[in-house]
Amino acid sequence: MPEGKLCNKQPVTTKEQLDALLADTRGRVYYEEMKSLEVDKEKLRNSLKASLKSRTKTWLEMCAHCGLCADSCFLYTVNGRDPKQVPAYKIQSTLGEIVKRNGDVDNEFMLMAMETAWSKCTCCNRCGMYCPYGIDMGIMFGYLRGLLFSQGFVPWELKIGSGMHRIFHAQMDVTTEDWVETCEWMAEENGEEWPGLEIPVDKEDADIMYTCNAREPKHYPEDLAEAAILFHLAGENWTVPAEGWEQTSLTMFAGDWEGCKQQVLNVYSAIERLRPKRVIGTECGHAHRGTVVEGPYWAGRPDGQPPAPYIHYVEWIAEALRTGKIKVDPAKRIKEPVTLQDSCNYVRNHGLAMVTREIMSYMVEPGYFIEMTPNKEHNYCCGGGGGFNGVGMYRAQRNVALRKKRDQILATGCKLVIAPCHNCWDAIRDLEEEYKIGIRWSFLKPLLIKMAIVPDHLKPKEDEE
Amino acid sequence: MYEFITGPLLWVVFAAFLGGLAYRVVWYVKGLHWQLDRVAYSAFPADGAKGAVRSIFFWLVPFGTRSWRIKPGFTAIFFGFHIGAVLVPLFLTGHAVLLHERFGINWPSIPQGLADWLTAAAIVSLVLIGLRRISLPEVRIVTSWYDWLLIVLAGLPFVTGFVAVMHWGDYQFWIIAHILTGELLLVSIPFTKLYHVVGFFLTRAQLGMDFGIKRGGRKGRNMPW
Repeated sequence: MPEGKLCNKQPVTTKEQLDALLADTRGRVYYEEMKSLEVDKEKLRNSLKASLKSRTKTWLEMCAHCGLCADSCFLYTVNGRDPKQVPAYKIQSTLGEIVKRNGDVDNEFMLMAMETAWSKCTCCNRCGMYCPYGIDMGIMFGYLRGLLFSQGFVPWELKIGSGMHRIFHAQMDVTTEDWVETCEWMAEENGEEWPGLEIPVDKEDADIMYTCNAREPKHYPEDLAEAAILFHLAGENWTVPAEGWEQTSLTMFAGDWEGCKQQVLNVYSAIERLRPKRVIGTECGHAHRGTVVEGPYWAGRPDGQPPAPYIHYVEWIAEALRTGKIKVDPAKRIKEPVTLQDSCNYVRNHGLAMVTREIMSYMVEPGYFIEMTPNKEHNYCCGGGGGFNGVGMYRAQRNVALRKKRDQILATGCKLVIAPCHNCWDAIRDLEEEYKIGIRWSFLKPLLIKMAIVPDHLKPKEDEE
Repeated sequence: MYEFITGPLLWVVFAAFLGGLAYRVVWYVKGLHWQLDRVAYSAFPADGAKGAVRSIFFWLVPFGTRSWRIKPGFTAIFFGFHIGAVLVPLFLTGHAVLLHERFGINWPSIPQGLADWLTAAAIVSLVLIGLRRISLPEVRIVTSWYDWLLIVLAGLPFVTGFVAVMHWGDYQFWIIAHILTGELLLVSIPFTKLYHVVGFFLTRAQLGMDFGIKRGGRKGRNMPW
């Protein structure tokens, strides 16, 4: 069974394998090897037998082929209504065929299925809301990704991402030392402006344990500082774990289910170790989906709940504003037309639509908040979800996908877009870069810090003099 | 002939129809898997039930969901067909009489005039559903011979029954054709994707539970279908 040195059916579990993949610029060798990667049909058949149950089987068999899902899919509408972008067609021609042929598919088929699974679906789950039978093709694409991953047909960046999680328990090579140092550095760096600012590591029995996205310590440490400042302002008793702080799951995008489980168990064991009253995750959509919504199932928790109450950052902000833990200076509220991006992963898939709107009611001068159309659960994917942002090979397709969000934003007339999700934030930044429509975009944290009223006892001493 | 196909054969047909559908339901429910489906079905029965009921209800109501509202033409022909397809076979006076004669069951019925109109609407809607299949590229690409077979299977009992009732031809021929195509349809339902007569409720309930339990229902947000 020919397998490549870089492209093969084994997940990346050692630093050497990871470095070899990283050294292969843009995955040139990796994708070349993939062209001759054989399909292990026996393994594929066994996977189907073990994991394809009545729900998914029925979805595939019973689809009435009515085409009602077509218009629900932004990739269909932005690609000139190409019939090959109809969700039902995309899933029937890939997973549907694998099931029909009971795994008897070849390399060429798998290459096509890979392209479909990662460049023609962002797993936004919008189609599931528009199908009369409730057939959720996003879920099926997630399942298909799992089958493809187990056969080695996965985009290079996501093979790396999965390897990062398996080796570093983080989507990037951030070690425990790096993380703890970044926490100390950020607390110190901002200590002058915010006397008494702390980022307590591994504090037991705190009220809050905070988890984040590895790119925060790696590339945007100020995000971590902002989280600390807001907890400080609100007077929260909080901590971060030294191990188990990374909330994201590129393994989920990659279809690496075993890796998903390892990642989420790492976070859950931190919860069990530190016994916080509750856990709060950063402004990230897929991290929340991975760790709070889907994670309990990967970890084998029959009640589908994490070990402690685990909320999204927007829920905490809404609560802090509602209870007055953080007060907004009315004079500093946003006084320009502003719109809000609904992240699929916690709005459509976790019911938090009204939470972000409650936040807007505190942060935006009445009359200036403008909804996109459609919005809330019916909102469209940013264009870069499900790993789409990160796959170089599909960059051209991703850029086309951004047009839906571009047009939605343009229709609001707003120049400021609030995007409380890393993936959406990236996609909106990229769409500005690509289409230059003159917009700014932001997470909630920096905006809120700018408008929050700082109580006197938290101000730097020189202010008092 | 008439005695046989409305007597013993009908028994066999009903047995296959009901038995087949019962098997479908049991197979589906038994195949649900909390971990693979990633829905804690039994941990939150009340949230699940609420989600399931909402998910079924709004989709049963014409224009009850956003998906129905943004496609008014399709919604009209969809319900145009389904209302007749459900009500007429179940509550036609002729069927009630037959049930009484053969099985001694007293069965309610709807006025004949209403039944005629519903049947006509169902036939016209089915033709339009077929035309939609041909004319829209996004529907054509997912259409196969199987979909056409099902349209024919579903349409025949209505066309033959309508012709018989209207006395447009040899009544004996059309009524026999109607009974046989009707029985063929009943037998086909559990063995083709027409099992959606129960499957619709199962899959809608499942997704409703998914949203009710896991994806937002427990956050106090009902899925706005």
